[in-house]
Amino acid sequence: MVQINVKVNGRAVSRQVEDRTLLVEFVRETLGLTGTHVGCDTGQCGACVIHLNGRAIKSCTMMAAQASGAEITTIEGLAKGDQLHPMQAAFHRHHALQCGFCTPGMIMTAVDLLNRIPHPDEATIRANLDGNLCRCTGYHNIVKAIAAVAQGGGASA
Amino acid sequence: MAHDGIGARVPRKEDRRFITGQGNYTDDIPVKNVTHAEFVRSPHAHARIVRIDTSAALAAPGVIGVLTGTELAEDKVGGLICGWMIHSKDGSPMKAAPYAPLTPDVARFVGNAVAVVVAETKNQARDAAELIEVEYEELPAVVDPAKAQAQGAPQIHAEAPGNTIYQWSLGDKDAVDRAFAGAAHRVDLDLINNRLVPNAIEPRSATAVYDRAEGRFTLYTTSQNPHVTRLVLSAFIGLAPEHKLRVVAPDVGGGFGSKIFIYPEETVCLWAARRLGVPVKWTADRRESFLTDAHGRDHVTHAEMAFDGNQKIVGLRVKTIANLGAYMSTFSSSVPTYLYATLLSGQYDIPAIYAEVDAVYTNTAPVDAYRGAGRPEATYVLERLMDVAASRLGVGPAELRQKNFIRSFPHQTPVIMTYDTGDYEASLDAALKAARYSEFPARRSEASAGGKLRGIGLSCYIEACGIAPSQAVGSLGAGVGLWESAEVRVNPVGTIEVLTGCHSHGQGHETTFAQLVAERFGVPIDQVSIVHGDTDKVQFGMGTYGSRSGAVGMSAINKALERVEAKAKRIAAHLMEAAESDVELANGEFVVVGTDKKIAFANVALAAYTAHNLPAGTEPGLKEGAFYDPQNFTFPAGTYVCEVEVDPKTGEVTIIQFTAADDFGTVINPMIVEGQVHGGLAQGIGQALLEGCRYDTDSGQLMTATFMDYAMPRARDLVSFSVSTTVTPCKTNPLGVKGCGEAGAIGSPAAVINAITNALGIERLDMPATAQRVWQATRAH
Amino acid sequence: MYQTTYVRAGSVAEAQHLLSDHPEAKLLSGGQTLVPTLRQRLARPSHLIDISHLADLRGISLEGDQVVIGATTTHAEVAANDVVRQRIPGLAQLAGLIGDPPVRHLGTIGGSIANNDPAADYPAAVLALKAAVHTSERTIGADNFFTGLFETGLDPGEIIVRVSFPVPQKSGYEKFHQSASRFALVGVFVAVLADGSVRVAVTGAGPCVFRAASIEASLANNFAAEAAESASISAEGLNSDIHGSAEYRAHLVPVLAGRAVSGAR
Repeated sequence: MVQINVKVNGRAVSRQVEDRTLLVEFVRETLGLTGTHVGCDTGQCGACVIHLNGRAIKSCTMMAAQASGAEITTIEGLAKGDQLHPMQAAFHRHHALQCGFCTPGMIMTAVDLLNRIPHPDEATIRANLDGNLCRCTGYHNIVKAIAAVAQGGGASA
Repeated sequence: MAHDGIGARVPRKEDRRFITGQGNYTDDIPVKNVTHAEFVRSPHAHARIVRIDTSAALAAPGVIGVLTGTELAEDKVGGLICGWMIHSKDGSPMKAAPYAPLTPDVARFVGNAVAVVVAETKNQARDAAELIEVEYEELPAVVDPAKAQAQGAPQIHAEAPGNTIYQWSLGDKDAVDRAFAGAAHRVDLDLINNRLVPNAIEPRSATAVYDRAEGRFTLYTTSQNPHVTRLVLSAFIGLAPEHKLRVVAPDVGGGFGSKIFIYPEETVCLWAARRLGVPVKWTADRRESFLTDAHGRDHVTHAEMAFDGNQKIVGLRVKTIANLGAYMSTFSSSVPTYLYATLLSGQYDIPAIYAEVDAVYTNTAPVDAYRGAGRPEATYVLERLMDVAASRLGVGPAELRQKNFIRSFPHQTPVIMTYDTGDYEASLDAALKAARYSEFPARRSEASAGGKLRGIGLSCYIEACGIAPSQAVGSLGAGVGLWESAEVRVNPVGTIEVLTGCHSHGQGHETTFAQLVAERFGVPIDQVSIVHGDTDKVQFGMGTYGSRSGAVGMSAINKALERVEAKAKRIAAHLMEAAESDVELANGEFVVVGTDKKIAFANVALAAYTAHNLPAGTEPGLKEGAFYDPQNFTFPAGTYVCEVEVDPKTGEVTIIQFTAADDFGTVINPMIVEGQVHGGLAQGIGQALLEGCRYDTDSGQLMTATFMDYAMPRARDLVSFSVSTTVTPCKTNPLGVKGCGEAGAIGSPAAVINAITNALGIERLDMPATAQRVWQATRAH
Repeated sequence: MYQTTYVRAGSVAEAQHLLSDHPEAKLLSGGQTLVPTLRQRLARPSHLIDISHLADLRGISLEGDQVVIGATTTHAEVAANDVVRQRIPGLAQLAGLIGDPPVRHLGTIGGSIANNDPAADYPAAVLALKAAVHTSERTIGADNFFTGLFETGLDPGEIIVRVSFPVPQKSGYEKFHQSASRFALVGVFVAVLADGSVRVAVTGAGPCVFRAASIEASLANNFAAEAAESASISAEGLNSDIHGSAEYRAHLVPVLAGRAVSGAR
């Protein structure tokens, strides 16, 4: 067993888990934060993207033990109370989600993108979604929602 | 308040839980003392099981039980079924072989479940599964549908000689032969409709709980149709009577057809929960999804079209071999028959059509409905043929299509269907205009100056949605009716719950269905709840697939709303001391026409429940149900235009623009409808350019078993689409809606391939048109 | 994943000790290849020795005519680093093409070259730029580092500490993605070194990264896209799989080399 001490969505947590625990298993099963999803075994789909020390990472390609000492933000920690993050609001306003399964990872990747590149063009947005698969939306409205936030009009039409 | 109603671009009510991580998918549901199932699967495409030794696994830490086909037979658990009977042209019934949830004797595809381990943790189950020793005697395998019927091909089931499940036909062979004999021109084409893996991003999952005291089961599962799941598990597999089995399909992360079917895994979880006395959970990893989710398409086709001297189609002849995989999945038999050949008239007035379809077993995963199911295959045949014909006849592709459009309705095709309405010219015009089709030659020249090859391609598709009516589909072999149910419960304070037998797994029913209520009663959509996906809450329903929820599901809701309105109006008239005929409902209020007397809908609801003052003979309460059985299919149609650029040096294909003009009849929420089109287009473009499920011809191993090898469309592979709608309201349902869920996947593959063949100046190019394949085509040319 | 024991190493020396104590142990850095491999039960290390937290293995500096990159520096850090972008633009470009943004936030240069996946990007840069791989034991020149399919010149227990890249006159990388995995179906790195010599390294096409002598010869006379494209590469010995035949890969190499030359700065 290995001791994991992390700050998750602003709250310090400590748990003992099996050494072989993936970070995503720690988040979903140990902490019960099931907003982060698992959609593949090989690190392509991005349904598990969370922020580790402020950067988007795939929580299915990291051992939980590796993350000990880090600060983690999951989709559950993005809104401030009832106040949605502008990216969440834009996904809603622009119908950037259908079944919702890829959505948490997609939003976490999108937030990270604008943290790194505040004003991306469409090609840059698309290229930065390489690590996130969506089977429902054809990405059309996801790209639109991200562009809207970049232009400062996140929650408006 | 009308802005919430029909035609409004209302953002979805269901979004909030998904964007904040509060969705409730099957794998998210906590169940006390849950245990974990791991399946032991055949590593061989075809092998006899000689011996299974489970002793080491049984002794492993945390293991609660290990079960095989032997125990399954011991408990008399029934096999999985195919619910649509197809008869061959000689009148014989299809050769459906048994499909055991755990195969007891022979493994027939890589991934065929042989045993299951149930343990306290997922890792323990996996550790123990590796300790099970299965001795196999390998048998030769066949994976290619074109080779399955050959003399000497490995025989997969004793019940189906020559691996042939049925040899079915539709249409008038003699009439077609005569048409071809007298034709001025004949065009023929060989086509392969590539095998696809649905790949909903949420993997399949099931958690089964058995309450021994009550003898009652609960199954949480990733299903598009929980009632059908319950029916099959009860009536055919025999695990529990329906009243003792609750099936819950909570939030479901995409289906695209793959979650219609009843699979071995949920069946085994349910049985194991009873046999082992513990709740049992299984969630597929992606590799298992690739190996065992029902795949789509996989047709090999030869098609011929005959024209008269005026470029009018006089006949169509199609021969298709359809791969159904190693076992017949739930609705597999209907896909290459009644969902395929019945659409071969397309948008065209074709006097004679004859189609033959052979369905075959192969040593591959079962094949069943995948977004579009049969209709994409039909559109691909027809729209590829039309382009080849246009080029051979020396006429423009748009012009050839226009010359052959059906222009008067209703129109009876030679392949069963009666189209109620449509305006194919309108959608073609809209698409060509939006795509700036007439200016294409200039763009082609410009690209050519830069060393690139531009091409443009059209596809004019038709689909049939809301498969119906039940009596008719029953006569064609369906084992179920295809109606839908609804119940509208108005609460005393005027809020409303709508129970539907449809299931939303991305389609936005919680919003569009509420819009229907808002339109009628003026109740804001946030005061309307849509209840679905739980057999304990909704009495019965057929679920969501085949773009049926609008045309059939909403029509059922509409019918129930009508009944609620009638009763409420009776009460309102009584309360206002007016004649019922003088009372009208407008903007959420009942008004006595020509007076200032009015009463709010909510107050009528309250009066219905206080029951202090009801008209004589009126029961208290305000709740009505309805079953709606459509009179006919609906027929969405449209034109897609794809423009591509090919780099002749590498074969890379870049989509420059993609234009869709669809006629879905009445549109409830344009934003949601556009979203459905976008997603369908991505899947169709994915089929055309990227996706191809490959089995090794010799070993039968699945070579595309992960996202590392199966190319899913990514954001950068696609463009922002241009979508628009034209409207001819459907004439056979009260709302005039036709359905929009599959159109994108149906119409787009042919448009993409037509664009590439146009760019290269060739006739044939198989999907997926990968860079290598296109490069080879440029060199061969 | 099989049962394993996680150990976070406090120093390179400690990691070396752990490796020698546990012959079935594996080093864990960014984990972007290793963790998916473990998840699929394709490897069964007794221990995972995590070196990703060692601060002295991380970072980028300009030391004389060398850009020196610590082994656990992530792809994202290389792609965004001003020194790399200015001195070796092709290397920054390559790092920005590996995987996808979340992968680039964890994946490391040391992990990538130690793994020597035939379709990985970094080996092309290391070989074309004639970089030196500094390990816990010694320095290995690029020409001796990549020895075969997933094989390197590293000895058991030897740990990559940093990689130094001599600043070239020009560099450029062109990648043709395998459309499913987004690894390189073929990737070509071209470099004009400080001494004016041209080196062209090809990844994805063969079982191991290799130099394309015919293209180098062609470019030595004329560093232009047409010169690269006019060269040819034999398909013999190249990879052939469902994503591309050996012939196709051989065809792509000069085309991509031409593009890399056009983009070289």
